[in-house]
Amino acid sequence: LKGVCRIVVENEKNMKYAYYPGCSAESTARDQYVSVREVARVLGIDLIEPKGWTCCGATPAHNTDRDLSIGLPAANLLIAKSMGLDMVVFCAACYNRMKMANYEIRSNPDRRKELAVLLGEDYDGSVEVHHFVEVLVKNVGMKKLQEAFTHSLDGLKVASYYGCLLVRPKLATNFDDPENPTIMDSLVTLMGGESIDWPHKVECCGGGFALTRTDIVVELSNSILGMAKAAGAQCIAVACPMCQVNLDLRQSDIKKVKNINHNLPVVYITQLIGLCLGLSPAQLGMHKCVVSPKPVIELVRSNERRDVL
Amino acid sequence: MAMVIGKVKSGAGLLNSVREISGVDVAECLQCKKCTNGCPVVPMVKVPPSEVIRRLQFATDDSIAQADLVWMCLSCELCFSRCPMNIDMAAVMDALRIISVRNHKAKQKGNVPLFNRLFLKTVSIFGRTYDLGMIAAYKIGTSSFLQDMGKFPTMLQKRKIALFPSFKADKKYIRRIFRRRK
Repeated sequence: LKGVCRIVVENEKNMKYAYYPGCSAESTARDQYVSVREVARVLGIDLIEPKGWTCCGATPAHNTDRDLSIGLPAANLLIAKSMGLDMVVFCAACYNRMKMANYEIRSNPDRRKELAVLLGEDYDGSVEVHHFVEVLVKNVGMKKLQEAFTHSLDGLKVASYYGCLLVRPKLATNFDDPENPTIMDSLVTLMGGESIDWPHKVECCGGGFALTRTDIVVELSNSILGMAKAAGAQCIAVACPMCQVNLDLRQSDIKKVKNINHNLPVVYITQLIGLCLGLSPAQLGMHKCVVSPKPVIELVRSNERRDVL
Repeated sequence: MAMVIGKVKSGAGLLNSVREISGVDVAECLQCKKCTNGCPVVPMVKVPPSEVIRRLQFATDDSIAQADLVWMCLSCELCFSRCPMNIDMAAVMDALRIISVRNHKAKQKGNVPLFNRLFLKTVSIFGRTYDLGMIAAYKIGTSSFLQDMGKFPTMLQKRKIALFPSFKADKKYIRRIFRRRK
């Protein structure tokens, strides 16, 4: 019995993380936040927000100032360090910035010293940063996930879209293969869906220019949506809030500028997982999608697994 | 691709500044052009990434800091990821942007420097970004009120954007970081 208790305790400890939602979780990507929270709750993953977390600085910081580009993400990693937990992130930009901060601090002792002055505290780059999808696949495990699914994606063709900042640069993020990542595809397959093979998995959607250069965003998003459609996708699964907003919201602009109506739902991978875990679309914030994900929801609803009942 | 190079004295100064800010040695570039072939904005720019590096290698004049690519680069890091010599092109572009702002020569379509300034301003005030405030300020700054205005009713109705900023961040800490930076 002692042994069992120890396993349970260790398991509990392994499933506890500091969770950095990122600024977009409070605004444009509220749906991402609620779907991550709900999926974590069902699977028994304990996500604790670092108290008083601040912005990672994203692209404007590294465009402007070297100190801020490392200092802002490191400030949050220091909070996670004081909590004694690994950091879990969903936003690809935050993930990238934190991994880059760790990478620079670990490989450049001078930068570490400069940073200690900036933060008023030494940070050694020791807090491990994981993407939520990595936690699902590597720590929760495919077996436990499969057992938890009550519905399947049977009959749904999904294009897994990774974007740039998760996979690049491999040196720092070490997320998956930088040219042909498959981690989300493996989740889609596990859920019973058909993960399509397509060449635009890691193309850039233009996220950083969402406000400034919408002409570039329309161009790049159109090429991604067009390729997904040509490959036969019925929806795109994403793991980044910027990609979701861009690909979803810009479809109306593409229609206006290019006269192409893609009408392709863009959902978070956590929303698909949530549906397969039997959660309601409202719980997963799916009413926030601009292009209606109704066909996806209806299909999953009709795919209840009989063997688990 | 033909390119004309005009050599002036100030060129080496730019190369040194780029090296100092980014810590990247562009001399290692082999001109294989993998960066240019993968770069998503290359069809839209006049000066591709491999040419930026080549011009830096030749220590040409400072005009490369005003190349259109500097403010059209998305920082998607594809160039760095595919570079056989591991040259961090994204860091070089960051350095060129910093130099371009320093020289007050960053006047390009979309006014990305203004966006960056406003973004960091909201972060320094609230500790986190505040989309609505930032968008409003950007629209005033660029007089682009009509652009994307049609989206706001849907976004507000779906609560796809927050009305108010967050007040939960540790503002003291973040202000100290902004104060102490060089």
